[in-house]
Amino acid sequence: MASFTLNINGKQQEVDVDPSTPMLWVLRDHLNLVGTKYGCGIAQCGACTIHLDGTATRACMLTVSSVGNSEITTIEGLSEEGDHPVQKAWLEVDVPQCGYCQAGQIMTASALLEKNPNPTDEEIEMAMNGNICRCGTYTRIKKAVKLAAKS
Amino acid sequence: MTLVKTKIGRRAFIRNTGLASGGLVIGFNWLASCKMTPEQVNNLPKEWFELNGFLKVGDNGLVTIMSPNPEIGQNVKTSMPMIVAEELDVAWKDVIVEQAPLNTDIFTRQLAGGSQSIRQGWESLRMAGATARHMLKEAAAQAWGVPANEITTKDGMLTHEASGNSAGYGEMASAATNIEVPEEVELKDNGSFSIIGTDKRNVDGKDIVTGKPLFGLDVYKEGMLTAMIVHPPAFGMKYKGMNADTVKTMPGIKDVFHFVVYPEGMEKQWSDGGGIPELVAIVGNSTWECMQAKKALQVEWEQDSMAESTSYHEKALAELLEKPTEAPARQDGDVESAFKSAAKIVESTYSAPYLAHNTMEPMNFFAHVTPEKAELLGPIQTPEFAEKTLAARLGMPLEKIDIMMTRMGGGFGRRLYGPFVIEAAVISQKMNAPIKLVYTREDDMTQGTYRPSYKVKYKAGLDESGNLIAWHVRGAGTNDDLIFENRFPAGAVDNYLAEKHSLTTNVTTGAWRAPRSNFIAGAEQAFMDEVAEAAGKDPLEFRLELFDRAINNPVGDPENNDYDPERYAGVLKLVKEKSNWGTDTGKARGVAAYYCHNSYVAQVLELEDGGDMPRVDKITCAVDCGIVINPIAAKNQIEGGMIDGIGHSTYSALSFENGRPEQSNFDTYRLIRHSESPKNIEVHFVDNGIDPTGLGEPSLPPVIGALSNALYQATGRRFYKQPFINDKPPLVG
Repeated sequence: MASFTLNINGKQQEVDVDPSTPMLWVLRDHLNLVGTKYGCGIAQCGACTIHLDGTATRACMLTVSSVGNSEITTIEGLSEEGDHPVQKAWLEVDVPQCGYCQAGQIMTASALLEKNPNPTDEEIEMAMNGNICRCGTYTRIKKAVKLAAKS
Repeated sequence: MTLVKTKIGRRAFIRNTGLASGGLVIGFNWLASCKMTPEQVNNLPKEWFELNGFLKVGDNGLVTIMSPNPEIGQNVKTSMPMIVAEELDVAWKDVIVEQAPLNTDIFTRQLAGGSQSIRQGWESLRMAGATARHMLKEAAAQAWGVPANEITTKDGMLTHEASGNSAGYGEMASAATNIEVPEEVELKDNGSFSIIGTDKRNVDGKDIVTGKPLFGLDVYKEGMLTAMIVHPPAFGMKYKGMNADTVKTMPGIKDVFHFVVYPEGMEKQWSDGGGIPELVAIVGNSTWECMQAKKALQVEWEQDSMAESTSYHEKALAELLEKPTEAPARQDGDVESAFKSAAKIVESTYSAPYLAHNTMEPMNFFAHVTPEKAELLGPIQTPEFAEKTLAARLGMPLEKIDIMMTRMGGGFGRRLYGPFVIEAAVISQKMNAPIKLVYTREDDMTQGTYRPSYKVKYKAGLDESGNLIAWHVRGAGTNDDLIFENRFPAGAVDNYLAEKHSLTTNVTTGAWRAPRSNFIAGAEQAFMDEVAEAAGKDPLEFRLELFDRAINNPVGDPENNDYDPERYAGVLKLVKEKSNWGTDTGKARGVAAYYCHNSYVAQVLELEDGGDMPRVDKITCAVDCGIVINPIAAKNQIEGGMIDGIGHSTYSALSFENGRPEQSNFDTYRLIRHSESPKNIEVHFVDNGIDPTGLGEPSLPPVIGALSNALYQATGRRFYKQPFINDKPPLVG
């Protein structure tokens, strides 16, 4: 066990956990931030995507000891009122079916648009390819990313 | 208006629960507050009046509608309450939706499966809304001293024009709880709807995009421990023993023990399918600590039955395809003589591997079992059946068992089978503590209740003019006999023979989105294309000719056929028109149509140029599901079903070596991704006003046929073996 001070969604948070614990489980089990989802545990599905200093990162393979002073943003911290352009576009297009993967999809999409405000279809697909949607909402996700890019 | 009875025999569909309890005030629990807008939150009523089990009206006019069925992503949590709201005549903005707990006294068929929620819920949902509206009108009539039939309703308002009286539902809600439930109620006419048929966005949408705790895995409760299981590494193996001493002292670990989920002789339900009788449990403070202990634990297993490999399944299924069955499933005419006289014979064999469900949210369940009661909370498609097994296993009466349903991170049939509910309860009982059982992705994938592996052989005979005169299908599956003998083209061919075999294996199988149809539709529709080509006819026109035969001059008693040929032909004609079939787009195209789960679907699929496995550029899809409740969500189901079908037939497979699944996570089990998904999808509905049917499954099966047929046009190769990405068929001709 070791103590870590983390910068999550703009707040300093203290946790006392095994240094090998992935951020996914620190967020979910220790900080009650359950919007970040467990899907595979090996960075293959993208359900656990968070922002690490603004870059889309898989929390399931990011150990708490490697985070240091980096800023972490989770789906809960993406916007205060749930009105980030990507979230609004997701609602407008009515993307979700089961909804489980969507927090990860939104975190990947918002990191993409931050760096590339007007991505082409190919750029959207390349950026989003690490996020699996088992319900098959891919065409709607692409539509929503393009709608968010416009706003 | 249509009059319907609220009671049939002794079973009352709608009961006034308010009468018994005097107008309940019900608080919101953590599952409840979905779809509340900020306005609604600031404007919550002081009191709620429950008019029946489906709905309660607040003193300020807000209405809470219970969504009875489990939500697995099929969007019933939005569409089922829409039906209640329609007949209640309340504005959708004033509706709050709440997930109902398991309650068999009030709700019928609280199950998600077979695309049946809307079809089978249609009447009771309408009655629930209409009955409440009737009671509100009666209450207003008494208050105003006017006849109830002169009162009109709209958007939650009651109006009596002649006397100039009007009131909101909230003002009459208290009085309405004292009105008797009518014996008959009036329903709106199909076609006079104001909510049904309009786009209503997912009631949980805001909570989903902001990461609120909605799913079973998100359940955290005071004092809760985390539990994991260790299951046999291969089918055909069972528990032998373990030494857990060192693992028990690992950080955060509370206990490690062997336990019996299903004692011998205990009465089980069908929903216990796939349940392993004995397992090992690891219980600890956190998920990561349990995962570490799970890795460190050495358990001994022993062989219990045959160690089956994929090579064995394939060989055994292929042998069955060579064997006639003892009695055919259906036989019209005489196929053997017809084949002898046929001008042309076409023959092909198709196959598909086992598939895992791979819901994105792995199996999990919360349980708190004490000597007094059992509280269960989590994602399950069949709560009613789980409750019965729990009663048998825990030795408790049903009244002491409460099951609450969370939103589910996918179902696809996997959560019809709930051994994990029983496992969670037994672990909680043993620990005497609240626990959340969590499967790792590897547990989820390697202890599945899989889509069976299938093979099917078709033989067709054509006469000199290219008419289909004989059709013989012989299918085989693992623990499943695959063939629907009364589906198309049965009834459209004079000489027809359907035979089915099942290969008993110890790899557990079960329903997977559109069971059997998910393979047989693709095979049948690909074969139909081969037959049309041999007949020298356009594949779409060839199908329409067969439907003409089934409509005008059916073979045998048409009552025996599981389809309506006019509706079937209807979707083909619609897709023909919308896709401009017959005009040269310069792209490879394939067509397919199928009927399953009471809905009809036809597709034209178009591929991009180039490559061995070209990407889908566009799908035009026509659907007949009767009345469309919520078009924006209906299209979502249809789009997703097609992407699912394309993905699994192209990329996915689960194989076995000596009973051990060879894929255990998404690094080896391939699922379709963004850049492989169709670029454009268009969905068109047949507008016929018929009572609605479901959409969770019907678009998946035919798309595999449409894809095969387009692939042939693009590559000159007929793909017979799924997943297509691994198939290397020769060039035809």
